[in-house]
Amino acid sequence: MSAPLTKKERMKLDRIDMPERDAVERAGSFEEVNLGLTAKMAQLEAMRCLECKRPKCIDGCPVGIQIDEFIRLVAEGSVAEAAEVIQRDNLLPAICGRVCPQENQCEGTCVLAKKERPIAIGHLERYVADYVRTEGLHQVAEMPRPTGKAIAVIGSGPAGLACAGDLIQSGHAVTVFEALHEPGGVLVYGIPEFRLPKEIVQTEIAGLETLGVVFEMNAVVGRTHTLEELLAEFDAVFIGVGAGLPRFLGVPGENLIGVYSANEFLTRVNLMKAYLNDADTPVLDVTGKRIVVFGGGNTAMDAARTALRMGAADVRILYRRTEAEMPARREEVRHAREEGIAFDFLVSPTQLSGEDGLLRRVSLQRMELGEPDETGRRRPQPIEGATTEVEADLAVVAIGNGPNPLLLSTVPDLERTKWGTIAVDEATGRTSIPGVFAGGDIVTGGATVILAMGAGRRAAASVENWLDTGVWELPPSEEESVESA
Amino acid sequence: MYRIVQATDVGPGVRRFSVEAPHVARHYRAGQFVIVRVDPTGERIPLTVAAADTDTGLIALYVQGIGKTTRRLNMLESGDSLHDVAGPLGKPSEIEHYGTAVVVGGGVGTAIAYPVVKALVDAGNRVISIIGGRSRDFVILESELEATGAEVIVCTDDGSYGRPGFVTDTLADTLAGTPVDIVFAAGPVPMMKAVAAVTKPDGVRTIASLNPIMVDGTGMCGGCRVDVGGKTQFACVDGPEFDAHLVDFDLLARRNQAYHDFEQVRNAELEDPSCRVESSP
Ligand SMILES: Cc1cc2nc3c(=O)[nH]c(=O)nc-3n(C[C@H](O)[C@H](O)[C@H](O)COP(=O)(O)OP(=O)(O)OC[C@H]3O[C@@H](n4cnc5c(N)ncnc54)[C@H](O)[C@@H]3O)c2cc1C
Ligand code: FES
Repeated sequence: MSAPLTKKERMKLDRIDMPERDAVERAGSFEEVNLGLTAKMAQLEAMRCLECKRPKCIDGCPVGIQIDEFIRLVAEGSVAEAAEVIQRDNLLPAICGRVCPQENQCEGTCVLAKKERPIAIGHLERYVADYVRTEGLHQVAEMPRPTGKAIAVIGSGPAGLACAGDLIQSGHAVTVFEALHEPGGVLVYGIPEFRLPKEIVQTEIAGLETLGVVFEMNAVVGRTHTLEELLAEFDAVFIGVGAGLPRFLGVPGENLIGVYSANEFLTRVNLMKAYLNDADTPVLDVTGKRIVVFGGGNTAMDAARTALRMGAADVRILYRRTEAEMPARREEVRHAREEGIAFDFLVSPTQLSGEDGLLRRVSLQRMELGEPDETGRRRPQPIEGATTEVEADLAVVAIGNGPNPLLLSTVPDLERTKWGTIAVDEATGRTSIPGVFAGGDIVTGGATVILAMGAGRRAAASVENWLDTGVWELPPSEEESVESA
Repeated sequence: MYRIVQATDVGPGVRRFSVEAPHVARHYRAGQFVIVRVDPTGERIPLTVAAADTDTGLIALYVQGIGKTTRRLNMLESGDSLHDVAGPLGKPSEIEHYGTAVVVGGGVGTAIAYPVVKALVDAGNRVISIIGGRSRDFVILESELEATGAEVIVCTDDGSYGRPGFVTDTLADTLAGTPVDIVFAAGPVPMMKAVAAVTKPDGVRTIASLNPIMVDGTGMCGGCRVDVGGKTQFACVDGPEFDAHLVDFDLLARRNQAYHDFEQVRNAELEDPSCRVESSP
């Protein structure tokens, strides 16, 4: 490459936009929306990095990727080396590059964020990961010497996959027990193809299988196997079962035909492939219909955009706060808008009504923002007498998930928080039962892929420590050393 | 893959499968079901486990071919495999020493009733099992039920075998003649609704095994939700058995029809694959 640019020259460069499928075209297609940066674009974007002495971006990354280093390598054209840097801290970069809420993480703390044009770290991470995948450069890690220890991982979402990935590379035998017929958790049943192609998830899982991870499908722990049995058979158990219990609205009419949880709607379409013509699994026909989606998170965006792609005529997101409080990734909100999805803010459903058992209308209460609640977001409160109605043939409820009690109810000894999530030592993922670790959404409640992955990896490190020392109760100092490991 | 060790016809459009599923067999208790996928692109359907043998690792499933998936399943023979079998799911039946129990099974619902009868007999109850079908050919599991030691009364709608009339007629007669402590019902929704109506006036405790449409069977989707006493419950994890006097059977019947049109299209395709209807998108 030519001589390095000065800081001033770098500041003048424009942030490179991610090439996207045209909004009209993509509204009828499950093909991925973001097309990926070209090599040239990636290099140009990486060259904008100011190479801060104390890079703030790393502070924003939940798993502490050496962002400055990998970006410098991309700028130099050393993409394979950049991949190695990322891989040290992130086992699933092709996934995280696509679904992390970068604006609240690395890109939010980038010094250029003040000027509204942070380095496109997520796009670069994705570029690097896609490059090594499509070029077949995925390193086959050297097989470590078997330790003779065996670990059971329950759940194959990002938490379980990350935990399994680290433990197998340390030479332990790892078996992943998954309730569904396909591994991947929310990555396969929730997040749609147009945002995260399933082929990417399958590649990651195939990689783990090559390393020796055994996946046992249709294994509903608590039913097919008990936790007790796993504890007798394995040296340690990691619980990463996610937060898979959909919340409903608690208003009359919720059981009408035409009211879906986002989990059900997305599972039918994604996991069960109802978007393909020859699928055996049905989903209610939305062609030409009016759809409303309750919620303001990624799940709501995914449900709305999926409905659109299934042929809906009118899709509306109904959220009880305002746009500023929406937890969805900013890019998803923009994409949804471009595709023609309407947003109604400050409304909350009070009743769903139908004819012959089929949903027809939704009654809404208008809201205003009051005092901030415990999450710091201003709490919506009803405006007396301000009500309205919208016609709807299908309503998707995307207001979050609680912890699924299926496994937990079978282990009364396992300590829980007041929210019903598993109580753990955050740094180590250790639960109240020796040998049992937990992480991901089942600990935090619905959160993010990167946090689940980070928790899976911390737990893996803690499993190692436990297998080595046999000490369960950790003194505070040791906990810290595990966390920074 | 879960190998089918034996497949036999037991009635018109009804087959019995003995399937290798050792983990399911080991943990199974009466009242539980499995989620099955026939092939790698198939849909997930719930099927009640009628019997399980821990030693051989085999479970017994009774399948009535109605929709595409159940009809495809019924084309399988011994030596074939099911792609997925997950379970045992749902809460087991509450088996206690109640005294006298009546277990009503209609059609393939008899396969759900059978393990309950067995477990109740084993728990020391006097068990009267009333089973019914449209006609003689539709009556299943009669000799197996008799072998449990329960008193078995068979009815047929057309009177071709046993007592003529509906199971509910026989149930009403039984209740009039004997004090009954508990009634279990499994079968078509209208039958369970009718059973609940018969037992309600005298307040005989009645449990129905509900059969809503399911997807995952693990509590993740809420597609299986039913209304029990005004409260929404997920049949796959909170049930499938509920207090029949509190169940909104009309809602259940309606929700079970949600994909009626889709099923008809798929059924037609199964008969004649060339008539595949292209649907959007
Ligand atoms: C529609 C949707 C969109 C999202 N979009 C984003 C996004 O853009 N960015 C982002 O960062 N996050 C997003 N999230 C959140 C993110 O997906 C989750 O935080 C993350 O997947 C949690 O990972 P996990 O491993 O804890 O659990 P999950 O991914 O939920 O995986 C848990 C797995 O455990 C299995 N399981 C459950 N119970 C049992 C049992 N008893 N025995 C065996 N297996 C069991 C489940 O079947 C599942 O496969 C989204 C979530 C949803 C639902
Ligand atoms: S079948 Fe999905 S929650 Fe019961």
